[in-house]
Amino acid sequence: MSDLNSAMTERYHNSFLKEVEANVEEGEWVKMCMQCGVCAGSCPLGNAWEHTPQKLFMMIRAGKREAVLSSDAMWMCTSCYNCIARCPRGLPITHIMHGLAHYAKRLGLVPKNQPTAQFSQIFWDNLMKKGRVNELKLGLAIYFKDGFGQGIKNALANKQLGQNMMKAKRMNAMEFFGGHSIKDTGGLQKMIKKAQEIEDAKIQGNS
Amino acid sequence: MAKKEVSYYPGCSSQTGASSSNMMRATQTMCDELDIQLNEIPDWNCCGASIGYGGGGELPRLTLSARNIALSEQHNPGQEIVATCAACWLSTREAKERLHEDANMFRDANTALNEINLKLNNQTPVRHMVEVLVEDIGFEAIKAKVKKPLQGLKIASYVGCQTNRPFGIAEESFENPVYLDHLIESVGADSIPTYEKKVQCCGGALAFSEPEKSQEMIHGIIEAAYDHGADLIATPCPLCQANVEIYQDQINARFGSKFNMPVVYYSQLMSVAFGRNSKDSALDGQIIRAKSLEEIAGK
Amino acid sequence: MSDEKKFAGYICTGCGIGERLDSSQLEMIATREGKMQSCKQHEMLCSSEGVQMIRDDISSEGASHIMIAACSRRAKVEAFNFPEVAMTRANLREGVIWVRPDAPEHQETTQEMADDYIRMACAELRSLKLPHASGEQSLNKTILVVGGGITGMTAALESAAAGYPVHIVEKQGALGGQAAGYAKAIPTRSPYKEPRDTGVAEMIAAIEASGLITVHLNSTVAKTAGAPGRFNVDIATESGAVSNETFGAIIQATGFKLYDPSNLQQYGYSSSPDIVTNAELEKLVKAAAGGPVKRPSDGKEVKAVAFVQNVGQSSSEEGQLSYHSGIGDLIAIKQAMYFKDQNSDCDTTILFNNLRTPGAAGEDFYRAGQEKMITFSKAQVSEVVPGDSLEVKFQDLILDEETSMQADLVVLDVGMMPNSGPDPYAVPIVIDEKAEAASETPRAPTVTVDSILNLDYRQGTDLPHLKNGFTDSHFICFPYETRRTGIYAAGPLRRPMDMRQAQDDAAGAAMKAIQAAENAGKGMAAHPRAGDLSFPSFRMDGCTQCKRCTVECPFGAINEDEKGYPLFNESRCRRCGTCMGACPVRVISFENYSVESVNQQIKNVEVPEEFDEKPRILVLACENDAYPALDQAGMNGVEINPWARVIPVRCLGSVSLSWITDSLNSGYDGIVLMGCAKGDDYQCHFVRGSAMAHERMDKVGDTLSSLNLEPERVVVYEVAITDIERAPKLINDMAETVEKIGLSPFKF
Ligand code: SF4
Ligand code: SF4
Ligand code: SF4
Ligand code: SF4
Ligand code: SF4
Ligand code: SF4
Repeated sequence: MSDLNSAMTERYHNSFLKEVEANVEEGEWVKMCMQCGVCAGSCPLGNAWEHTPQKLFMMIRAGKREAVLSSDAMWMCTSCYNCIARCPRGLPITHIMHGLAHYAKRLGLVPKNQPTAQFSQIFWDNLMKKGRVNELKLGLAIYFKDGFGQGIKNALANKQLGQNMMKAKRMNAMEFFGGHSIKDTGGLQKMIKKAQEIEDAKIQGNS
Repeated sequence: MAKKEVSYYPGCSSQTGASSSNMMRATQTMCDELDIQLNEIPDWNCCGASIGYGGGGELPRLTLSARNIALSEQHNPGQEIVATCAACWLSTREAKERLHEDANMFRDANTALNEINLKLNNQTPVRHMVEVLVEDIGFEAIKAKVKKPLQGLKIASYVGCQTNRPFGIAEESFENPVYLDHLIESVGADSIPTYEKKVQCCGGALAFSEPEKSQEMIHGIIEAAYDHGADLIATPCPLCQANVEIYQDQINARFGSKFNMPVVYYSQLMSVAFGRNSKDSALDGQIIRAKSLEEIAGK
Repeated sequence: MSDEKKFAGYICTGCGIGERLDSSQLEMIATREGKMQSCKQHEMLCSSEGVQMIRDDISSEGASHIMIAACSRRAKVEAFNFPEVAMTRANLREGVIWVRPDAPEHQETTQEMADDYIRMACAELRSLKLPHASGEQSLNKTILVVGGGITGMTAALESAAAGYPVHIVEKQGALGGQAAGYAKAIPTRSPYKEPRDTGVAEMIAAIEASGLITVHLNSTVAKTAGAPGRFNVDIATESGAVSNETFGAIIQATGFKLYDPSNLQQYGYSSSPDIVTNAELEKLVKAAAGGPVKRPSDGKEVKAVAFVQNVGQSSSEEGQLSYHSGIGDLIAIKQAMYFKDQNSDCDTTILFNNLRTPGAAGEDFYRAGQEKMITFSKAQVSEVVPGDSLEVKFQDLILDEETSMQADLVVLDVGMMPNSGPDPYAVPIVIDEKAEAASETPRAPTVTVDSILNLDYRQGTDLPHLKNGFTDSHFICFPYETRRTGIYAAGPLRRPMDMRQAQDDAAGAAMKAIQAAENAGKGMAAHPRAGDLSFPSFRMDGCTQCKRCTVECPFGAINEDEKGYPLFNESRCRRCGTCMGACPVRVISFENYSVESVNQQIKNVEVPEEFDEKPRILVLACENDAYPALDQAGMNGVEINPWARVIPVRCLGSVSLSWITDSLNSGYDGIVLMGCAKGDDYQCHFVRGSAMAHERMDKVGDTLSSLNLEPERVVVYEVAITDIERAPKLINDMAETVEKIGLSPFKF
C-alpha cells in the first residue's frame, strides 16, 4: 500500500464517498446519481466494463473503496460524452471517470499492465517533454511498453499501418529524432510543476 | 465578405507530418476560399486531449489549456479561439468553463501561469471551426462558393463524439445532429439522413490501448456506411478520421471484411467543391484514396 | 303568460344549412306534421336579430314551446337560452350536413335525415313541460365537516372564508389529526429543500379565531338523515350527550390510518422497540425537540438509521396493500433530513426499490436529500434482525449482491389506508330476478368498521367505496363528488395523498359543498346537471313496489315508505333518470324528459317500407360523452351513415327497455346504445348508470328472440368523448350488419 493510500484509508475510514468528494475531480457529484442506469446503457464499451459508471457510483456510496479504485472499469472510458449528454441528473460522468482513474493512479492502485493507464501516462510524459505530442514516439513507446520482445511483435503487427501513414506523409519518421516541440518547453514544465505542487498540496492536506 | 480573423489553435495532430496534417492543409484552403484568416496561437501547447488524465491531474490539465487561452489573449487579442480538432476544442472550452465556474481553480491556474509570466483573463470564446461555418458563414454562403458540385456522391456524415458532446453545435440534437448533412448537401453531394452510426463512438484514444474493442465499433461505423451505399465517409473530427480510416486493413483481417472506404474531412469536401485541386484539398494525404473526389478535383 | 301552450318552430338557414337542405320543406314538415303553430326561417338564428325574433315571439306572441332547428344543442347555448319556455333542438348542422357528403347522389337521404330530425324535435317538444322547482327546497348554508385533521381544518377554513358557517366534528380531544404528531412536513414551496413547519398550530388558531366555525371535540356523528339543504345530524359526544344540528352539505374528511406491520415477521416490528413506523419516528423526533434523536430501547443517541421503504405495499400478497401510498419516499427523505440536520455525520440510508418522489417538491427534495449526503440504496430488504445494533439484510439491486448494514434505528415505511365507513355495496348489486331479493338490503361489509356518517338511508350507512376501501369519487373528472349527493369526500379518504394535496382537495370539496347547499336551496340539481330544475315524479297509483328504482339509483336518493313505495328525496337526486329507465311500469318521469318524450321521437321517425331499402338505425347516445363525440365527428367531417337517427339521452341508465321493444316493433333495423365507460375506471357521469344499462340490456336478447330477430340488431357500447372516429364507425358498422342480415320484417 502506498503511503498516500494508507493515509487516505485512515482519514476517511468510514466514508469513501467523502474521500471521493474531497479528492476526485468532480467527485462531489457522485452523491447526486439517482441510479437510473442511463449512463450504463449509453456507454459504448459498456460490455467491457467491470462496473458501469452507475455501479461505480453505487459502490462508492456503499464504501467499496478497494473494489472501485483497483477496478479497471474507469480506464475503459473513451471520453465519448454520451453519458454526460444523457444523464438526467447532469452528472459530469466522463470527468468523474477520469478523476477516479487519476486518483487510483495517484494511490498506486491501478491494475498491473492496464493498457489505457499505461498509454495515458506515456502520452502525458511525451507531452511534458516537448509541450506537444509526438505521435511517432508515442506510437513506439506504446509498442515497447511491455518490454522489447512484445514490442517487436506489436510493431510488426502495426508495421503495415506505419508504412501507410508514412507514405501518406502523415507520420514523419524524422519525428523520432526531434520533431515538434514548443519553444518554451522549460516554461511549460515549470508551469505544470507548479500546478502539480498546488494539487498535491491540496490532496496531501486532505490526507 | 469582410475578412474574418480568428485565433487559430491547430492542435498536435494537425502539425506538419502528423496524423491529421492533411486536415490542416484542407482547412487552410477552405478558409482562404471563405476569407477566414487563421492567426495561429504562438507557441501553443498540447491540450492534454482526453487521455492525459492518467498522468496529469485536474489542475495541471486545466493549466495546459489556460496557457493556450492566455497566449491567445496576449497575442491575438479580441479574436475568438477557433479549433479544428474536436478534442482540442473540447479541452479548451471545458477548461475555460471550469475555470470560470470555480474561483479557486482559476486562482490556482493563474498561480501556475504566473511562473511563466502569463495571465489568464478567460474572456475569450472558444469555438469549433464548424460553428464558424454554420453560424457565421452559413450554408447559403457556402453553397454560393461551390464551383464543382459533388454531384452524385453519396456521403455518410460521421459526426462522432466530441464535436457533438457535451457541447455540440447550437440547436443541434446530441442524438441526431444534422449540420454535417447540411454541409454535405451544400456542396452538392447526397447525405444519408438515416445513417445510424452518425454519433457512434470510434473508441477515441482507446483505439491505441484497446484495439480489439475499438475496432469492433469502427467496423460497425464503416459497415453501416456500406449498407447505405455510401461512396465515402465525411467527419469533422481528426481522431475519428484517423481511427476510421487507418485501421481498415486490421479490421478486414479481424472481421474478414473487405472494407476500402475513404474517410475525409468536411474541409476536404469543401476545398474540392470550391474548385481547388487535389493537393490543396489534401487528397494526397489519404491512406485510402478518395478517387471520386480526386476525379472531381481533376476535372 | 297564459297556461295555454303555444308551439313555435325556427329553422336556421345559416352555416350552410340553407344551401344543403330544402328549408321550405323543413318548414312544411314542422307545421303540418310537427304541429308547430308557427315556423320561421332565419339566415343566422344565433345573431342578436335572430335571438330577438324568438324573444319577441315569447313575450308578445306567447310562444311557450319552441323548436329550434339549427346547430347541435351543445352549440350556441348562450344565445338560445330561454329559461321561461320549453325548448327542443333539431341538430341539422353537426347531426346532418356535417356528417353527410355534399353530393347530388346523397341529397335525398340527407334531406330525409333532416326531415326526421324536425319531426323528432317537434314530437319531443309536444311531450315536454317547462320544469318547475318542487317548492320542497330549503336553503341551509351551514356545512358539516367530519374530521378535524389537516383536510377537515382546511375545508372548514375555506368554507368560513367564503362566508359559510361550519361545524367540525372530531373524534379526538384535539384538532390536528395525524399531522399534529409530525415534527415537520414535506416542503410545498420553492426551492423545496428543507422540511417545513406543519402549520397545524396556525390552523387551529385560525379556527379558534373564526366566528363561523364551531368545533365538537370527542364527538362522532350518531345519525345523518335528510338530504342536501336539510341534513339532520345527531352529534354525540363521548360523555353520551347528543346535540342535533341541520346542515346544507357535508364534507367527510376522516383521513387515514396506517398499515400495521406486526404481521410481517421479516421486519421484526414486534420484536424490537427500535424498529418503528414512519409515524412513530415523527413522535420520537418531536420528543427530541431539536436535540439528537434517542432510540426507544435504551435512550442511546441514534448514529445510524435505516429507512426500509415500501413495507407491505404494492404487494400481491394476502394481508398486504395492493397499492402504494406514493408519498412514503418523500417522507423518508424528510425524516432522514431530521437526522442529517441535527448531525451531519449520522448515517442515514434509504433502502428503496422504486423511489417515488411525486409532486412539485418531489425531484428537488430528492436532490436536496442527496446534497445532504443521505445514502439511497436500491435494495430489497429481506430481514431486520433485532439486537443491540439492528442488522438490516438486503439484496443490493444495483450491485446484485446479498449484503447487510447495521443501524441503531430502523424506520418502516408503511402505507396509508382510508378511514372509511363500511361500504354499503361490499358485494356488488346484481340486478337479476333471483338475486334481487338478496340485494334488497345492503350486504354486510367484509371488514367490520364503525360507521362514520350513520346515514339514515335505505342504501346503507356510509359512502360507497370504489376499491381498496377508498371512497368512490372519480378522481379525474369529478373529484370529491361521492355517490351520496351533498356529501363530499376529501383528503386521504379518496386516495393516498400528502398534506398539500389534502389541502387542495379540501378547498375543492368546500366549494362543491357550498354549491350543493346553494343549489339545494333553489331546487336545482348538483353535478353534473347543476342548475337543472326538473326532478323525477312518481305516479304512485301505477307503482308495483318492485323497488328497482330504490336499488338502482346510484345516489341513494330514494328511500321507501312503510308500505314499500318509493320515497323520493329531491335534493339527493342527480337527475340521471336511472330510476326512470329501471321502472318496469314506466311511472317515473321528468317534466322535460320522460319515457314518452323519447318514445315520441322514436315513433315520429319515418320508417320507409321494406322495398324502399332504406333501413333505420336508432342511436341512443349519452349526452355526456357519446353525443359530444358525435358532434365532434361532425366538426371533423367524419361521415355517419344516413340511416342513423340519433337521440341524446341523459345517461344510458335512463334508457327504458320499452324504447328498444317499441322501436323494434315499429320496424327499426338496428339499435346502437352508447354510454360512458363503466367498471372500476368508470367515466359514467352518474357512476353506475352505464353499468346498470349494460346489465339491463343483457335481457334484450329475450325480447329479440321472442320477436324472432337477430341478436346483432341491438348493440351496447362504452364510448368516450374522445372517440371521434370510433363513435361514427360503430354506427356505420351497424349499417353494414343490417345490410348483411337484411331489413327488419316489422315494417308497415
Ligand atoms: S464518456 Fe466514458 S463513461 Fe461516458 S459513456 Fe463515454 S465511455 Fe462511457
Ligand atoms: S445517468 Fe446519471 S443519474 Fe443515471 S445512473 Fe448514470 S450517473 Fe446516475
Ligand atoms: S351557429 Fe347554429 S344558429 Fe348560428 S347560424 Fe349556425 S346553425 Fe344557425
Ligand atoms: S372525458 Fe368524460 S370523464 Fe373525462 S374529463 Fe371529460 S367528461 Fe370527464
Ligand atoms: S336514479 Fe337518478 S334520477 Fe332517479 S332518483 Fe336517483 S339520482 Fe334521481
Ligand atoms: S321502479 Fe317503478 S314500479 Fe318499481 S318501485 Fe320504483 S316506481 Fe315503483
